[in-house]
Amino acid sequence: MRVVAETANGAVAEAMRQIEPHVVAAYPITPQTEVVEEFAGYVSDGRVRTRFVPVESEHSAMSICVGASAAGARVITATSSQGLAYMWEMLYIASGNRLPIVMALVNRALSAPINIHCDHSDSMGARDSGWIQIYCRDAQEVYDTFIQALPIAEHEDVRLPVMVCYDGFIVSHSLARIEMMTDERVRDFIGSYKAIYPLLDRDHPVIYGPLVLYDYYMEFKRQQAEAMNRALEVVFEIGKRFGKISGRSYGLVSSYRMEDADIALAALSSTARTAEVIADELRDQGIRAGVISPRLFRPFPAKALLQALGGIKVLGVLDRADSIGAGMAPLAADIGAALQSAGSNIRLYNRVYGLGGRDLTLSDLKSFFLSLERAGQGKEMPAHFGYLGVRED
Amino acid sequence: MVIKLREISKKKPLFTGGHRLCAGCGAAVIARQVMNMVDEPVVIGNGTGCLEVTTSIYPFSSWNVSWIHSAFPNTASTIAGVESAWRALRDFGEMKDNYRFIAFAGDGGTYDIGLQALSGAIERGHRFLYVCYNNQAYMNTGYQRSGATPASSWSSTTPVGTKQKGKPGRSKDLTAITAAHKIPYVAQASPGFWNDLMLKVERALQIDGPSFINVIQPCIPGWGILPRDSMRLAKLAVDTCYWPLYEIIDGRECTINYHPKQKLPLTEFLSLQKRFKHLLKDENKALLEELQAEVDTDWEMLMMRCVGSLR
Repeated sequence: MRVVAETANGAVAEAMRQIEPHVVAAYPITPQTEVVEEFAGYVSDGRVRTRFVPVESEHSAMSICVGASAAGARVITATSSQGLAYMWEMLYIASGNRLPIVMALVNRALSAPINIHCDHSDSMGARDSGWIQIYCRDAQEVYDTFIQALPIAEHEDVRLPVMVCYDGFIVSHSLARIEMMTDERVRDFIGSYKAIYPLLDRDHPVIYGPLVLYDYYMEFKRQQAEAMNRALEVVFEIGKRFGKISGRSYGLVSSYRMEDADIALAALSSTARTAEVIADELRDQGIRAGVISPRLFRPFPAKALLQALGGIKVLGVLDRADSIGAGMAPLAADIGAALQSAGSNIRLYNRVYGLGGRDLTLSDLKSFFLSLERAGQGKEMPAHFGYLGVRED
Repeated sequence: MVIKLREISKKKPLFTGGHRLCAGCGAAVIARQVMNMVDEPVVIGNGTGCLEVTTSIYPFSSWNVSWIHSAFPNTASTIAGVESAWRALRDFGEMKDNYRFIAFAGDGGTYDIGLQALSGAIERGHRFLYVCYNNQAYMNTGYQRSGATPASSWSSTTPVGTKQKGKPGRSKDLTAITAAHKIPYVAQASPGFWNDLMLKVERALQIDGPSFINVIQPCIPGWGILPRDSMRLAKLAVDTCYWPLYEIIDGRECTINYHPKQKLPLTEFLSLQKRFKHLLKDENKALLEELQAEVDTDWEMLMMRCVGSLR
């Protein structure tokens, strides 16, 4: 183990060096750029044998990943925002062909208007693409999760691509204390890659991407959905196994002071850490507040989430992306569905915040938390859905 | 190099019959001629289009080799991914076989939506042969115009009306565009000249880098022709100099592989096709002359380029 001061982007590049995949294909886009640049340096210096393909577009980046993964290679890519949008059709082709590709997705807002800062509209738009999505709260989680992503993707019960999501600039570019493992330990953990049905097997020719019509298409999709369901257990197991070698164990949902909480905030990624500060402050005032953060978003860990919520009465859900016109943003919609299916009485209030990198201030967060507290006591009826920290007039 | 039909006839077919292409389809003939020249382990990349949908209807396949289709605009980048994996596996000491890679895509997937991926992949220098089976329109979706559709040709999106007579504007010269990438090998071919086409495939497959062959492909329903006229038209395209057979090495050395003994008038080629039917009417004489003039000029330009090229 060694302790380094590194950005999350630097940590991903370092994890990629340690993993030494067969192929990396990527196209530069802010704020992902450093990942690609640093890794290109490792290739140029001969520190990895990886074939780095600096493509002419993100569409080709994912196409190279699809071709290389189907051929039998271990494959990694990284992108953000418009880059992910440009990959769109290929995301479905990667997951539909059950290719265990791993992607670092440095979250950034989508155009228009053009904006380079963080929100989750890029990855949220891809939430139905059949990729496993894991959201990281800080740089340490990014490093750790990136190493776990390969064994998750490549697990024989799963065989699906994985997106490791972290906040652009806020996490990607901030220097943080990170504990890194030795190369040997990383390689032991991920193991060597065993391709299933590779194109490059001269004695066993295979077909990828045939035309499948109404007689078989639905069975393909059903099997894919089943693989996604199985990922719940695999992500959990690998998170625990990672804990044994690193001392940092991971589950499906991260909880903070939820044991006896009456009210809670739910948020993905770095905002969960900010919410913890406010929860502490409210606790000092005698308000039993907690924070939950789904680490895994696809597949959605409904059971683990309900367990984590325990006996709370009111839940505020913070979404860093809107599903415009839906009346509820993505995280809240999924949590709401989980609560409804379980017959829960927890009341849910949803706020969209931080679009295009808009700072979520502690005072905004605190006043939302306090309105939840008053709602819990029946003193106030906040709107079920709205925007936080925005000029409304 | 000599193509020995007797030897080729004995080979196990890598592209088999039983596919659902039209009777007389030029794409099937092209695929068969190309696959005849494959002697080493190979992976095929196939862009969305006629050849792909008709040869891969699950759970059947016409391919006796590994084959991948991923999408429409990325035949070049998909096969480049396969090739990158092969190179990596060799560098890691996990692969010993010497593989070849072939991409098949139509003109829609090559001239238009797939041009960026093709340009990127050949510029990066991946080892693969890209075969464009060029039927000059989006035939798989019902004969819509593409960047390869010739001037004044009927297509379902450039119909012949009272105001507009077929496609306005000319087709782009993709062979020249790929040659401008200064890649090791670029050629034009026709399945009507099987010997020439197969020799070109053999040459291309020896290269440890990118190569591109643009093959004219008669399309039975899209061109409005009889199945029996398919190869006749593939020959007429060449003998009218509408589709000259030539090759360009490293973007410089240009060779015309076939000079027609007698250059036939373009009408010999056009008159068998419904898509050009309107050009034979008196009222559209000017359009026909324009098209003939374009063919003549392009042929002269090509001869000049080849005469003046480095040898």
